[in-house]
Amino acid sequence: MINPDARMSAKVFADDIEKAPMRDGFGSGAVEAGKADSRVVVLCADVSESTRAEQFQKEFPDRFVEMGVAEQNMAGVAAGMAAAGKIPFIASYAVFSPGRNYEHIRTTIALNQMSVKICGMHAGVSVGPDGATHQMLEDIGMMRMLPNMTVIAPCDAEEARKAIVAAATTDGPIYIRFGRAVTPTFTTSETPFEIGKALLLWDSPVGGGTLKIAILSTGSLGYTALCAARTLAEEGIECVVLHVPTVKPLDTEAVLDVAKRAGRVVTIEEHQVAGGFGSAITEFLSEQYPVPIHRLGIQDQFGQSGQPDELLAHYGLDVLHIADAIRAFIHI
Amino acid sequence: MALTEEQLLTLEKRAKSIRETIVQMLVAAGSGHTAGSLGMADIFAAFYFHILNHDPKWPEWEERDRLVLSNGHICPVLYATMAHAGYFPIEECLSLRKFGSRLQGHPDRLVLPGVETTSGPLGEGLSQAAGIAYAFRMDDKMWDIGSPTSDVGLPISKHGRRIYCVMSDGEQEEGSTWEAAMFIGKNKLSNLTAIIDRNNIQIGGMTEDIMPLEPLADKYRAFNWHVLEVDGHNITEFIQAIDEAKTIDEKPTLIIAHTIPGKGVPEIENDYHWHGKVPTDEEGERFLKEIRHD
Repeated sequence: MINPDARMSAKVFADDIEKAPMRDGFGSGAVEAGKADSRVVVLCADVSESTRAEQFQKEFPDRFVEMGVAEQNMAGVAAGMAAAGKIPFIASYAVFSPGRNYEHIRTTIALNQMSVKICGMHAGVSVGPDGATHQMLEDIGMMRMLPNMTVIAPCDAEEARKAIVAAATTDGPIYIRFGRAVTPTFTTSETPFEIGKALLLWDSPVGGGTLKIAILSTGSLGYTALCAARTLAEEGIECVVLHVPTVKPLDTEAVLDVAKRAGRVVTIEEHQVAGGFGSAITEFLSEQYPVPIHRLGIQDQFGQSGQPDELLAHYGLDVLHIADAIRAFIHI
Repeated sequence: MALTEEQLLTLEKRAKSIRETIVQMLVAAGSGHTAGSLGMADIFAAFYFHILNHDPKWPEWEERDRLVLSNGHICPVLYATMAHAGYFPIEECLSLRKFGSRLQGHPDRLVLPGVETTSGPLGEGLSQAAGIAYAFRMDDKMWDIGSPTSDVGLPISKHGRRIYCVMSDGEQEEGSTWEAAMFIGKNKLSNLTAIIDRNNIQIGGMTEDIMPLEPLADKYRAFNWHVLEVDGHNITEFIQAIDEAKTIDEKPTLIIAHTIPGKGVPEIENDYHWHGKVPTDEEGERFLKEIRHD
């Protein structure tokens, strides 16, 4: 059953649920953060329309910095602005930032401990037709390995907005990951969000041997995980869904709790299974409370062109394939 | 401001003491970068004892000028100069590169107050200096309304804190240096002055053999910079160039400082093998004599 404490949209499973690209939350969140604190600035690498940085640009033209197609310089300039007391958000496609400019982020932002917020857009295969070059699938891994770095992958536009607002008031380097596709906005302004906290989306009244699986998701696949849980529950397979927007630092208490209750965990992410969210969960549970884990995600391969839905289906990350994978996993 | 004869002599004496400290600390460390550190002693003496508006007893002072050392590997000259200027005891220089030391192999701003940025990886300092300069100009706008504005609508100010970025010539091979140069040129960040230590060597040989940089001045001019070339061991000339940069409102200034790597120790001058090598105890004794004799 839906966890009522998650305060999700009343239309969560309705056909006419509102949909929006997650980056809309970047645009509105940045404006909100900018109104609250004049130190907030936004730097963008020639993609202000598609990242929605233009919303901030319109509201605060003096605090928007056009960087051109130069992501390495963008990271360093942001670090310098942070050193001078600003709170910079840098926006580009994840494949270029933090992809292209990784070492610049490592040295000038993470090691240097500068309060820069790195917003990586268009992550995952659901970027769609642009193909493999533009489908960033390694960013969570790259960023969570860096000391001092917080890593957040919101599930929809509303949570993305909250993540931006929270990032602006949280000191230190933060990476925030955004998908490109238009996805259901299933959380609401009432849905709790706190950096470092996971959120139970789907709960089961039962425990003991009856609860079969804990589904842990991050980022854009939160809604898919929820739909898969509903499908399984209708078949009598009891499950819980824990949405984990903050990949680092992990909400270890919440992860441990669902692992203990279900005794079996599946992780879902639009990212390589090596090094990403599933790895983070596996590393933690294998040391603290070993349970069987199955990681769903991209299996050591690059993406390709296609429509978001057909790509997610191809890589086994739609409701149908996820439900199938879980059925097979719980019968092992 | 122009130097008096007496000021010049004092600065030259400072540079000599800094060179001695550099040799002593590199011998004690057993690893590090000798040539570039010795080559930049005159310019660092000029910065910390004449040019910079700073307070060694109050490194966090908001109104200070910023010196960003991009090529962090020449940090022995930074540390030695900071110590002589009073940021920390000169004896601490002997802890260079040792476990637990504040004088890390490459500068770490979190452990040593007065270091503006953690640096070492080449091609990153100019971007950070640009960010500081851009942010300061945004802030200056608050009290500078009414001043002429540049094409991008930001005020052109000759007041306030100045930002200096010291780079090596080798790091001009990093693409990101040119991203930063383009950004600074576009935004006419005239509160920023960059210095290139043009010593013609890099770790693997001579710059013009490894990857030719010339015509370096023309390249920066094409990126909308005001470019000056000076003898990096002529303190008067260097300070004149810094003063000229302060009068240029419409462009950032680059000072190409022609230096001799290993300057002060004739037996290693201009030898690229000394880029990343340090003197032994015996060599150190000899080098100190050469520096004192010079």
